[in-house]
Amino acid sequence: MSNLTKGFTTAFKGLSITFRHLFASHKKREILPASDNNYFKNLEGGTNTIQYPHQKLPIPEVGRYQLEVEMDDCIVCDLCAKICPVSCIDIESIKATEAIGQTSDGTTKRLYAAKFDIDMAKCMYCGLCTIVCPTECIVMTNQYDRTVFELKDLTYQFSDMTPEMAAEKRLELEQQQAERAAAKLAAMQKKEGGV
Amino acid sequence: MNFYITYFIVAIGLFGFSAIFALFGVYAERKVSAFIQDRLGPTETGKFGSLQTVADILKMLQKELITPAAADKLLFMMAPGIIFIAVYLGFAVLPWGPGLAPSSLNLGLYYIFAVLSIETLGILMAGWGSNNKFSILGAMRSAAQIISYEIPAGFAIISVVMIAQSLNLQVISAQQGIMASEKITFAGFWDVSHVGGIFAWNVFRAPHLLITFVIYFIASLAESNRAPFDIPEAESELVAGFHTEYTGLRFAFVFLAEYSMMFLVSMIAVVLFLGAWNTPLPNIGAVQLATWTTGAVWGILWIAIKTLALVGVQMWIRWTLPRFRVDQLMNFCWKVLTPTAFVCMLISGLWRIFLM
Repeated sequence: MSNLTKGFTTAFKGLSITFRHLFASHKKREILPASDNNYFKNLEGGTNTIQYPHQKLPIPEVGRYQLEVEMDDCIVCDLCAKICPVSCIDIESIKATEAIGQTSDGTTKRLYAAKFDIDMAKCMYCGLCTIVCPTECIVMTNQYDRTVFELKDLTYQFSDMTPEMAAEKRLELEQQQAERAAAKLAAMQKKEGGV
Repeated sequence: MNFYITYFIVAIGLFGFSAIFALFGVYAERKVSAFIQDRLGPTETGKFGSLQTVADILKMLQKELITPAAADKLLFMMAPGIIFIAVYLGFAVLPWGPGLAPSSLNLGLYYIFAVLSIETLGILMAGWGSNNKFSILGAMRSAAQIISYEIPAGFAIISVVMIAQSLNLQVISAQQGIMASEKITFAGFWDVSHVGGIFAWNVFRAPHLLITFVIYFIASLAESNRAPFDIPEAESELVAGFHTEYTGLRFAFVFLAEYSMMFLVSMIAVVLFLGAWNTPLPNIGAVQLATWTTGAVWGILWIAIKTLALVGVQMWIRWTLPRFRVDQLMNFCWKVLTPTAFVCMLISGLWRIFLM
């Protein structure tokens, strides 16, 4: 009998709690960053759902999300590819025949990037590449929402060179190297002939 | 010939009603559960997500009907039909207003209980036919539960019938308001034959009928496999119980039967205890509220409101109480509800002999 009364009183208590929630405030959740002092207090009244595409939680300024490369500033030093723990950066460089130009911080660019691919499916968002970059051209953005239909679309290609341009530059480099080799040979022969 | 056409129209109308009720019942259930848990529920399809279940059923209609290779094909195919038809047949005798019932049977209440027990057969067929451990477990639990809870529900109903002296649902309805042909009393002492309203309802006709109502309501939750008595389809233990293997339209029928059952048992509770299509407003002297609000249209309105309110309570209970364990379920039925229902029946008999 005492079990029965306990059962009914506890059931009644539970029902009154859910009843209160049923008619509690149904206003949309107010979006506060997690660092806000009222963040948890905010969850006590109203609904808790964040309606994601319509509402977004503010992300921290120093958050680590998707990578972005500013190619004009890149000197193709390959440091980012070397430090990457999961080898998700793939760079192919071509030596230029002369200095191409300068980056925004004044470093001279001497290499073309024929290929600068970052595989975002592999990336573990550690941010090491952004630390080693001497010209700070590789940065982490605040973009975290990306859906693709093909896995290969997750490999971001940052190189702005067409294959034709790359082939042309390679040819120029070969010609220059051939000229230099010829010049070197001629100089050697001259030296030998002199002796 | 014409009355056959009428029969078909009534039957199609009832089917349409139960389908629409199931659609919006599911929507209401999702919204109620969401608000209770501080969520929002469906919001995207239509205004406030109101077309969500319509979209769901459209999707479900296009799904392939998969029959497991090891299933008993005939039983598996027939089960959803039998489950639904058993519930759907129950609607045939329910009164909607004064003189407004699809079929006014003298044995109405008995008929409802007879056809509802066929549902257990359908559930057993579904569980056995699926040839799946979870399904057969769910079906066995369901059969044990429904058969056990039919006993307290039956005795609760008998105590009302002893007071009302009829199995005809229209007669029982008419007794609970100003249209009663005999003298009705509030708790056995106050003559409310001309006052009507909430005071003339069966729950207040005798004090023990209030307890009987609670017993019936609990048993009806168990019979419609609703939480906290939803062990036949306990999601966390049995996947989905007897309807684990069903897809597409067959699953839709099982679901339709579940929601129609909710409406049906609530409507029986309203007819037997809460004044059926009678108004809750009493006559107070010159203000003839009960007389003004009695009639066919008012009747449909009142019975719909009361039934939907009771369905709402069922949902509210579902999202509050945790599930019973099998032994707790059986203990509660056999050691608490059945003896109490027996005592209530006894009191009903004495009440009838000495106080009416």
